[in-house]
Amino acid sequence: MLKLILNRLVLAVLTLVAVCTLVFSVTEALPGDVCTAFLGRNAQGVRLENCRADRELHKPAIERFADWGYGVVSQGDLGRSLKRNKSINKLVGNRMRNTLVLATTAALIGIPLAIFLGVLAALRRDKATDVGISTGSIFAMTLPEFVSATLLIYIFAIQLKWFPAVTTVRHNAPLEDLLPNIVLPVAVLALVMTAHILRMVRSSMIDVMASDFVQMARLKGVPYWQIVFRHALPSAMLPAVNIIALTIAWLLGGVVIIEQVFNYPGIGTLMISAIYDRDLPLVQAIALVLAAIYVGVNLLADLTSLALNPRLRTARG
Amino acid sequence: MNTVYTNIGHTSTGHTGTGAVNNAPVLRVENLSLGYTRHHTDGRTSKVAVLRDVSLQIHKGEVIGLVGESGCGKSTLALALLGFLRGGGEVLGGKVRYGKTSLFDLPDADLAALRGGDIALIPQNAGQSLTPTMKLGAQLAEALKLHSDLPQGQYRARAIELLTLVRLPSPEQLLERYPHQLSGGQQQRVAIAMALAGEPDVLLLDEPTTGLDVTTQAHILELLRELRQRLGTTMVFVSHDLGVIARISDRIAVMYAGELIELGSCAEILRSPAHPYTRGLLAAIPRLASGMLPAALPGYPPAVGARHQGCAFAARCSHVSPDCQERTPDQTALGTRQVRCNLPAPQLRQPLQLEGVPVPEVTVGEPLLSLDQVAVSYQQQSLWQKLRGQPESTATVDGIELSLKRGETLALVGESGSGKSTIMRSICGINPPRRGHIQLDDQPLNLPVEKRDAVLKRRVQMIFQNPDASLNPRHTIAEILAQPLKLYFGLTGAACRAKAAELLAQVRLGEHYLDRLPAQLSGGEKQRVAIARTFAGEPDLILCDEVTSALDVSVQAAVLQLLKQLQAERGVAYLFIAHDLAVVQAIADRVAVLYQGRLCEEGETRDLFAAPWHPYTETLLDAVLQPDPDHNPKLHSDDAAESQPPAQGCPFQNRCPRKLGSQCDNELPDWQQIRGKRLRCHIPARQLIGLQRV
Repeated sequence: MLKLILNRLVLAVLTLVAVCTLVFSVTEALPGDVCTAFLGRNAQGVRLENCRADRELHKPAIERFADWGYGVVSQGDLGRSLKRNKSINKLVGNRMRNTLVLATTAALIGIPLAIFLGVLAALRRDKATDVGISTGSIFAMTLPEFVSATLLIYIFAIQLKWFPAVTTVRHNAPLEDLLPNIVLPVAVLALVMTAHILRMVRSSMIDVMASDFVQMARLKGVPYWQIVFRHALPSAMLPAVNIIALTIAWLLGGVVIIEQVFNYPGIGTLMISAIYDRDLPLVQAIALVLAAIYVGVNLLADLTSLALNPRLRTARG
Repeated sequence: MNTVYTNIGHTSTGHTGTGAVNNAPVLRVENLSLGYTRHHTDGRTSKVAVLRDVSLQIHKGEVIGLVGESGCGKSTLALALLGFLRGGGEVLGGKVRYGKTSLFDLPDADLAALRGGDIALIPQNAGQSLTPTMKLGAQLAEALKLHSDLPQGQYRARAIELLTLVRLPSPEQLLERYPHQLSGGQQQRVAIAMALAGEPDVLLLDEPTTGLDVTTQAHILELLRELRQRLGTTMVFVSHDLGVIARISDRIAVMYAGELIELGSCAEILRSPAHPYTRGLLAAIPRLASGMLPAALPGYPPAVGARHQGCAFAARCSHVSPDCQERTPDQTALGTRQVRCNLPAPQLRQPLQLEGVPVPEVTVGEPLLSLDQVAVSYQQQSLWQKLRGQPESTATVDGIELSLKRGETLALVGESGSGKSTIMRSICGINPPRRGHIQLDDQPLNLPVEKRDAVLKRRVQMIFQNPDASLNPRHTIAEILAQPLKLYFGLTGAACRAKAAELLAQVRLGEHYLDRLPAQLSGGEKQRVAIARTFAGEPDLILCDEVTSALDVSVQAAVLQLLKQLQAERGVAYLFIAHDLAVVQAIADRVAVLYQGRLCEEGETRDLFAAPWHPYTETLLDAVLQPDPDHNPKLHSDDAAESQPPAQGCPFQNRCPRKLGSQCDNELPDWQQIRGKRLRCHIPARQLIGLQRV
């Protein structure tokens, strides 16, 4: 068990190193750099030289990568932004908080809702409830999130004027100022998430409810809801856990688009502008943070599977 | 044990185990018909009956055996005794009464209280019927909470009592375990303990020993017999195996096509069955001592819910008259029993004659296959382990020396995990041996199947256990048979089809089967197609892996006859695996007994079965149940399952009833050759022969 977790951690670190190397080399291989992007038409002659010299861009790529990597490992320092000339840790800090607030709220609403609806649909299979839930989920899945976002903005922000259409607060605003702004983005994210997860929960719950041990529990006289929650649900959640992990991974990507649509001051908007600016260390830092979250979520999913499935946890006797 | 006994609410009514029962019926099935609604494509609906007009009274303290082949409705009937219908099922008529209450009229809540409380079920596959994510202690506690008046604090103590009652070792530890950590036999015992938690009046046992090894099966049956003696519980025992039923039942109810066709005392039905189907069924069961092939019942059982006019068995009956096609026979009394047949009473009373079919003469030819010191392992050493110099793990199968001649049948027998299938897999190249040599004539067979050339592949063919899985459901029979013909002989078009029809004729199937899909065939017909496909390659060696275990008894006999006839015509050699030793007796010339992947004894079938000298062979053969009310199995060693062969010494050391001592723990016994047999045991063969006679 411990060995397995250690194994996964080592693998996680290797994954992160690989991600950083890949992002660095891809961005480096592209023509142009932060100075050409920054200076635009004036990117020539002395100005360009000076700009590059200021940012130590004349050093070989390997050396810059090594320096950056050393900073991350030794002090947790993600480096300095080339464009904004600020510490990346400070730049990322608040925006990361904002994004996490968004994603976590979406996950906390979406996952339990998906499990509830999935179980409900499975138990009412082929009845009106199931047909309604299933059709709704297909609809939510096929609609691209920027379309559903626009739709929600039109209804709730423009027509009903309940929530702001775009975020106008700054990235370092206190949490309570942020709150009304997250309602619509969270709704869009949760919608898609719920749809994906509930379909998986539904189908695995249907399988489990048809299994021998559920029939046996019924014939033992176990009350219906006890069968559903104690006997069936843990087994039904097993395949769903991996889908949940994948969906959370999707969430990290989805957040980038949603933040852009709602102009939300999160890590997604920061990343898009960093790419636009060719701000290499910033792109890299964000990629590292997102990859770390991704790896972490998958590790969590594996551990949940272990907890749910005694077959993985305990040896055969 | 006494404390446990007093805690169970029932006291034995003092019956002796055969028929001395209290007269009040506990459960009454009255003209019960169950079925479902079939929706036709044109929107019409019709009722399909799965169970037709069944009447049965179950008396307090008796054990009633429900027998019949697959699809005859015996499990449906057993579940109906719990007021349970499978998905989509409905009551078409009649009632099931428990005491005065009619089960199908009870509200769900009352029915739930009754299930597991008054009437409890012991399921067929305990491994799949125990909830995999719950500890056994929690599952037992749940049953106690639902169906006993005990305070919560006593659940644990009671659960331990129940596990002790079913003779499970170290019950305290078991409470903390999950179902998958137990062996099949242990799981079944837990399921029995759970059923006893509610101190039920009636126990329903749905094939509780099917899928278990012979020895484990015999042990579970002994346990059930003992529980029945002590607690006086009424039991309804469902099984397709008349040997099992014979061991435990007071009365037997024989089912066919959803009807109860014969009901009577155990001894009466087994000795002088009245209904032609019961007679045919008994004759089709292979018997250990017969030395012949069993007589096959012609035809196949009807599909579940198939409609018929007149008698359900008319199509397969040897005494059929025009009247049988018209008139549905009633359940009529014949002495103390009930029979559903149109034949006049004197004809029904004729004694049973078991006429076997003589085994066709096969000329045994040159040596074909030889295995020399073969060892097979599923775990491969990784490069890392090799570099670190770790010793190889104990091989799954080791030291196998066997030989097989043309036209001969060699059977591998042993409990599950004894390495039978592993040896077969290494011969056909799925899992090549780690050490040793396999040779076909003088060609090496050590190669994995991908590296064998077409001729070698053609010469070694395999018939699988389950034709549903081994025949592609989307290919017609013609396409299935065309594959080997095209691959090995390059046949196409009309020539291929003609050859395929010829192959079908050899397995006694008509040409019209060519354009059907496997789903349109019955189990026995599918296995015939699988056999035809195997013979399409004109092989020298056929590996038969449990080829009849998925088939009904009445169909099995015909398949065994077919295999033997084809062998006589073609001179092929069979390497045969079967868990049913009576089947082995009927078909094999020689038998090799395996335990934990090691050979124990080998010899001619007749000699070996008549005098099993090795303690393991003896244990195995004495545990076999027979459809004979006078037959008693003997249990020599416990049924503790071992997951791995011991690293040194005799493989059977842990379970051997005749173990000598440290010699058995440390030294692998040498082969002893005696009277045409060879065996591996530290006890001198002459002494073993002496022990057997006692």
